[in-house]
Amino acid sequence: MGQIHNGSNPFPPAGSLLSGAEIIWATLVGEGVRDVFGYPGGAILPAYDALRKFPIRHILVRHEQGATHMADGYARASGGVGVAVATSGPGATNMVTGLATAMLDSIPIVCITGQVSSKVLGSDAFQEVDITGITLPITKHNYLVTRAEDIAPAIRDAFQVAKSGRPGPVHVDITKDAQQAIVAFDFEAAAARPHRPHPMLRATDESFQAALDLLAQAKRPVILAGHGILQSNAMREVLDLAERMHIPVACTLLGLGAFPASHPLNLGMMGMHGETWVNQAIQQADLLLALGMRFDDRVTGSLKTYAQQARKIHVEIDPSEINKNVKVDVALIGDLGAVLRMLLPSLPPRDDTSWIEEVNAMKGTAAVRDIQNLPDTGHLYAAHVVNDLWRQTGGNAIIVTDVGQHQMWEAQYYKHEHPRSLITSGGLGTMGFALPAAIGAKIACPDKEVWVVAGDGGFQMTSPELATLMQEKLDLNIAIVNNGYLGMVRQWQEFFYEKNYQSTPLLSPDFVKLADAFGLKAVAVRQRSEVIPAIKAAQKHGGGFLIDFQVEKEDSVYPMIPAGAALHEMIQRPGNPLVETAADI
Amino acid sequence: MNHTFVALVADKPGVLTRVASLLRRLNFNIVSLMVGRSEKANVSRMTIVAEAPPAAAHRITAAMYKLEEVLQVDNVGRRACVILEMALIKVAANAETRSRLFELAKIYRARIVDLAPESMMLEITAGESKIEGLLELLQADDHEVLEVSRSGRMAMRRGHHTSRVLEALDDSGPQTDFDVSMGRAAGPTEEAQEELHKDLLGD
Repeated sequence: MGQIHNGSNPFPPAGSLLSGAEIIWATLVGEGVRDVFGYPGGAILPAYDALRKFPIRHILVRHEQGATHMADGYARASGGVGVAVATSGPGATNMVTGLATAMLDSIPIVCITGQVSSKVLGSDAFQEVDITGITLPITKHNYLVTRAEDIAPAIRDAFQVAKSGRPGPVHVDITKDAQQAIVAFDFEAAAARPHRPHPMLRATDESFQAALDLLAQAKRPVILAGHGILQSNAMREVLDLAERMHIPVACTLLGLGAFPASHPLNLGMMGMHGETWVNQAIQQADLLLALGMRFDDRVTGSLKTYAQQARKIHVEIDPSEINKNVKVDVALIGDLGAVLRMLLPSLPPRDDTSWIEEVNAMKGTAAVRDIQNLPDTGHLYAAHVVNDLWRQTGGNAIIVTDVGQHQMWEAQYYKHEHPRSLITSGGLGTMGFALPAAIGAKIACPDKEVWVVAGDGGFQMTSPELATLMQEKLDLNIAIVNNGYLGMVRQWQEFFYEKNYQSTPLLSPDFVKLADAFGLKAVAVRQRSEVIPAIKAAQKHGGGFLIDFQVEKEDSVYPMIPAGAALHEMIQRPGNPLVETAADI
Repeated sequence: MNHTFVALVADKPGVLTRVASLLRRLNFNIVSLMVGRSEKANVSRMTIVAEAPPAAAHRITAAMYKLEEVLQVDNVGRRACVILEMALIKVAANAETRSRLFELAKIYRARIVDLAPESMMLEITAGESKIEGLLELLQADDHEVLEVSRSGRMAMRRGHHTSRVLEALDDSGPQTDFDVSMGRAAGPTEEAQEELHKDLLGD
């Protein structure tokens, strides 16, 4: 098979005889893939043997879960498709969490696994597991490929499925004998047929008119800005809509960055840990314009009391999301950018800014979040850390968070000005996501400053990927928000389980020594005055750098809507040093 | 309530699992699910009866269409259609009881498809209620029902309505085995989409 490839001609001409293993890489190259995250093993060895012939950078991970999160972070940072590779059996089952994470957040990744030979499928052969059976409900689609001639069509189809419509993860399981067989390869002939849009996509003249009528009548409209804005690259259109009609914008967690944080119309994050005025504005709104968001329970609180006075327009690409949680008045089902481009020319004029003024008045003094200038009380709060990180990076870094309290503090105190600058596991809430996803993001965007923000709990779930970071010589900074607890669970125990801190106090290794063992630079920070110097040192270092921020142990995320409570029944910030009073300003 | 869907799907391994898994995920019970070949090669036809809240129909339809190998879904519950089910019923029978069973079978238009010294097998193709009626009557009449096998509903719309997807397949249909196996075919016609949209926002 060596006759086909040499370094100068990585892409074989049509009709070349290739092994299935070579076809895997040739097809990936054809799809524009340059970086692949993976871990070799028996059933995928033919593919790894052929890898050297192709211009693909392979990032060796330390656990296949890491490979999937890296592909995920790569996709979120770049807007492209991330690719992960693993062997059969345990290699494949380790990918399950990453696939589910990508599924819940609609991230286009393609995961390729080796499988035992088709002759022994179903016989419990060594490292055999029914992985397509396992991944069926957590992928957008999956394939079991047993013939070499089906590899290229399956992979090309996988890319199309991953990217099209509502994006999502796709899994291709390829038997070892299919990798070993030699067949003619024709990249063009293997092209996926044109994408078949969901037949229930629909935005008619009538529904446009109905939406325009609602917009024209609205006195208190609010835009709910979701992840779909990023997926559809509709930032410009949403900005246009909001500015032309003076509509305030509330973001979902995954929608942060879709609308500039500094924009006067941006209210901030909605939902369980959104600021009070954001949720108040939604509760008092007479029109909700939901753009690429799915009324998740973390956003709505109790559905019975959710935005009762509001008519609702839902712009969404997935018809199965319409009326799923919240019954809407008008549904415009299709690609968000395309729908808005059709809507924008006919927008009714609206100059009324009284509603915005009303919303701004709701903010009161709580809106002044200049915590930088608060007096140093000797306590180090996570909010300080995140806020300083925001200032020090100029809001221009890609922040990749884990899941828990730090994730919410990040969402509250880091002002995301740019799209794709926050990478976080929203739907599945996968602890251990941050470090590998950040590695993926850094590989996708090598010129961007990338920071991991993780808790001490989640960080320990995937910390072996520090070795991957070092092996790939990545300039990646890590901020551990270390409070000695599984903090968000502790917070729930505090609020809802009578402070029964069962199994949440957490002994961690000395993160500085841990980093040192992997070859990273590291410092521990215990004082507020040390925060900015540490961040500066990390920025200057130009390699892996870890900061162990040892923050206040029993701090909680405020405000908070208890699960199932109404949006306006928030637990407010108590009188802790982070609550600004008029005297502080 | 019971919802009845007719789905055209690619005839390949795993499709049944995908459809069943979707309903399992939504926590809806499958009352019956019939699969067989359709009039077109490589396309299977399913009739699915699922127990779900009245408003769930559009969500099931929308979710089914998200499966790559599903070509068309028709919620036939509210449409004019023929819905039939077949049952095989084995009843204990001897020389004394046989004639009474013959009589019952005749009234219900069931056929005797097997006769043994101590049993008899009836085949009935009818609407659900008629089959239930026969079973109840057999029991009320003290006939010992030994085995029952029911096919579940099969549904087809009345009149000129056809599976237009299949017509479309003739024009722009799959060219290769792989296309068929991946369910890459034309979607429903505009008319069918109109109906889908009504389903979606109707209730």
